[in-house]
Amino acid sequence: MSQYYTATDHFVLLPALLLALFGCATLLFDFLVFPDPKQRRWLLIFLVLGEVFAGVAFWRQQQFLLEHGGSLAAFRGALVIDHYALFFHWLFLAATLITGLISYRYLEVRDEHHGEYYGLLLIAQTGMFFLASGTELVTLFVGLETMAVTFYILVGFLRADKRSNEAALKYLILGSVSTGFLVYGFSVLYGISGSTRLGDIAAAVAARDAWDPVLVLALATAGAGLLFKISAAPFHMWAPDAYEGAPTMITGYLATASKAASFALLVRLFAGPLGPARESWEPLLAAAAVLSMTVGNLAAVTQTNTKRLLAYSSISHAGYILLGLIAGSPTGLKGVLVYLLVYTFMTLGAFLVLTSLARQGIAGDDINDLRGMMKRAPGHALWMLVFMVSLAGIPPTAGFIGKFYIFWALIETGHYVLAVTGAVYVVVAIYYYFRIVKAIFVEPEEAEAGPLTVSLGTRVGLAVTGVLTLVAGVYPEPFLRLAQMSITR
Amino acid sequence: MTSNLLSIVLFTPLAGLLVLLFIPRENRTLIKWWANLTAAAGFLASLPLLFRFDRSAGGYQFVEKVEWIPSLGVSYFIGVDGISLLLVMLTTAMGMIAIFYSWDAIQTREKEYYAMFLLQQTGMIGVFVSLDFLLFYIFWELVLVPMYFIIGVWGGPRKLYAAIKFFLYTLAGGVLMLLGILTLYFQHAAQYGRYTFEITELMKLNLPLGLQQWVFWAFFLGFAIKVPMFPFHTWLPDAHTEAPTAGSVILAAVLLKMGTYGFIRFSLPLLPRASSDKTIVTALIVLSLIGILYGALVSLMQQDWKKLVAYSSVSHLGFCTLGIFALNEAGLAGSVIQQINHGISTGMLFLIVGVIYERRHTRLIADYGGLAHVMPNYAIVFAFAMLSSAGLPLLNGFVGEFTILQGAFQANRWWAAWAVPGVVLGAAYLLWLYQRTMLGEVTNEKNRGLPDLNWREWAVFVPLMLWALSIGVYPKPYFEILEKPVAEIVHRVHQTATSVAQAPASGLEAISR
Repeated sequence: MSQYYTATDHFVLLPALLLALFGCATLLFDFLVFPDPKQRRWLLIFLVLGEVFAGVAFWRQQQFLLEHGGSLAAFRGALVIDHYALFFHWLFLAATLITGLISYRYLEVRDEHHGEYYGLLLIAQTGMFFLASGTELVTLFVGLETMAVTFYILVGFLRADKRSNEAALKYLILGSVSTGFLVYGFSVLYGISGSTRLGDIAAAVAARDAWDPVLVLALATAGAGLLFKISAAPFHMWAPDAYEGAPTMITGYLATASKAASFALLVRLFAGPLGPARESWEPLLAAAAVLSMTVGNLAAVTQTNTKRLLAYSSISHAGYILLGLIAGSPTGLKGVLVYLLVYTFMTLGAFLVLTSLARQGIAGDDINDLRGMMKRAPGHALWMLVFMVSLAGIPPTAGFIGKFYIFWALIETGHYVLAVTGAVYVVVAIYYYFRIVKAIFVEPEEAEAGPLTVSLGTRVGLAVTGVLTLVAGVYPEPFLRLAQMSITR
Repeated sequence: MTSNLLSIVLFTPLAGLLVLLFIPRENRTLIKWWANLTAAAGFLASLPLLFRFDRSAGGYQFVEKVEWIPSLGVSYFIGVDGISLLLVMLTTAMGMIAIFYSWDAIQTREKEYYAMFLLQQTGMIGVFVSLDFLLFYIFWELVLVPMYFIIGVWGGPRKLYAAIKFFLYTLAGGVLMLLGILTLYFQHAAQYGRYTFEITELMKLNLPLGLQQWVFWAFFLGFAIKVPMFPFHTWLPDAHTEAPTAGSVILAAVLLKMGTYGFIRFSLPLLPRASSDKTIVTALIVLSLIGILYGALVSLMQQDWKKLVAYSSVSHLGFCTLGIFALNEAGLAGSVIQQINHGISTGMLFLIVGVIYERRHTRLIADYGGLAHVMPNYAIVFAFAMLSSAGLPLLNGFVGEFTILQGAFQANRWWAAWAVPGVVLGAAYLLWLYQRTMLGEVTNEKNRGLPDLNWREWAVFVPLMLWALSIGVYPKPYFEILEKPVAEIVHRVHQTATSVAQAPASGLEAISR
């Protein structure tokens, strides 16, 4: 170990190394060792194995932090491991694992089963690692792009499907523009501080007035780039198309892990170094939050495609999560984490149900396809009810706890107007979530069809996401403790 | 086991529901038997509450308290006083009757139907026994989902519209109420340095009038939509009319009482200054009076039998809120008794509509006439229910309305004066309905040869009739049960309203994180 790569550096970087290693190995093994399509399951096992190794590395980091407290910086302040980062690492790990497990049969049915899929998932997760753990602009940017580029490929993974291609292209073009904004913002931040490390930037920002034009320029451009990534209005245009065209499980992955990773950076940046300039960015983010809730909720009402509906719903959820950051109090930041956690479970769960239907030959894209599901797959139907009620934020499900924190934080910090706005949109949201519920439970089936079969992977995935959605609603204490620990520095 | 009595009452329906899930859906008889057994067990379990309740003691009884979410200061904190005791009894009894009545009425998807009904029972009981505000809120929202399905799946022709309207209206009030709850929660932490939702703790709060008023209006939206008070009543005629009979019975008998109960349990004790603020009291009294008169007048105009009964609820619930905001012992006690009465009488009226609807599948008043010749027993039961609802002395309705009017008169004689026409109109629309449907010659040939009440229907009506009669003849036990809690609330409102207590020092710094 040299001075450029110390033991601490290695300890901090290890999970990312493992993920990248397994990701690349999967790509190679795909055509070197397992050329036969029937051997693809080995690649899935590879993915699981990679996650297990990474999980052990994360676990060791967690133990270290629990013993010694605080955080562990590496690469001279370019990477950091703290409870905040670990919170997200576990989230990404769970999301990637579930996505990988569920995709297997879906890709087979769509005739697009290729080994690189699993490799790309692992590489995307590597990018997310740097987003949550990075504390230096270039590292963060490379992480963001690693994640984004893999997602461009994953969204267009159904090569024979026009919509999937279109989605990927739109996502790529709009994504590149947003990246341009982000880099521009980063460069201005570098300009005012002379350093790419967040610590130095914090000092430079604190020394300036919140309304300093250069600083506002940096905030606005970097903010716009990140708002794009979390699909907040007015930078949400790509989301409905990308969500609709992507393979269903990738839609779920995009809506949860990718969004959570971007939020990890957004919160680290705005609640951290940019915190002193709150006065100038708060109105901007508040406007984006209100606009997201408005656009997301109102547009979702008229959708007839389930995936598009959930895309708009995810835009509105981005608005709610932003509200937690706007409140900015410890309660608000805890709210962001809790909300992201429960949002990941319930959204993945909902897409899991859709994936499972899609691979049974029911397209599952139109809301009417869900009709009569209660008769044919009562298990799916009941879990979908749980997910919808939770997405709407009705107790006693996990979604309520997320909304509860956000509202609490807003009231605590005196943002009454935002609180009332958020509350009113809960009512709108119920309407479109219950359009799905209505199709499943109430409306008659158009054509009689046989009962659905449910694979083991789906059962496990549904049980995990569904039970967590319920448990986090009925007994949220452990999750709240986790969030509390994650924001304590 | 005594200490867990209330939890047993609360969770019996839920436990029954969990077992029900494992009964195959083809085995309809077993499903029905099991649902009825569970509901009966729930009722039987609640009876000891009544016998062991100490009327002379104030405060909450059968209290149970377990920490639930320490990070948020939420606890599983339940208990009853006289007011909630009566409403819990109403819930278990009406739930049992409604489920029993559904035996023949519900012929499709029985498993889901009874599952939803049982879930709803637990939700409603939970609302009445919660002493933790967040727990209350969770039960409050929990009730919405099953009722959505009960209306939406087993309802009438416009069921989907009615179901989502019901859901959206009540949810809108609910989330705004949540903001009010959170404000109290935060203020309590600011004053006392501890986050808690226990209402006994929140009562210690000393808030300036302005803030109390804001919170009051937030609560008002939640509760007034549920009651429903004019002008938030428009969901009610749709929901009640489209719901299946048993659903209407539960909606009218129990669900609406959640709103009035909310005013009594939370608005008055937690926000005493706002609740006795002249502007707010006047506003609520005026809305109540409008509700009484408007509901009665609209009932007079109805062509649809079930809709008439639905609108009559608006009028009757107007009396209940009038009693509450008279802010004296008579008004409040009368209001609670009237809530029970309304549950019994309107429950019966909805059952009566249900009985004839199942035979003829029309609810238009014009389709009937002279039914007394065809179904004499039915006509007798209907007459009884009608008189009980109209407030004939010696029947239950009289006791409640009289006491409320007495309370209103004590508070302001003009309020009582404006409410009295509501009583007269109430008698008018009911008697006119009776005349058009029951009396005279049989005008519609299809009505000839309709079978009279069967044993199951008798079994539903007789206990309700006896209950109504018992309240009318001997209401003393009810007043005794209500005396202490009502006095406590009235005392609290008037005392806090007049005294200007010292606000404690800021406790926010004391919150250790």
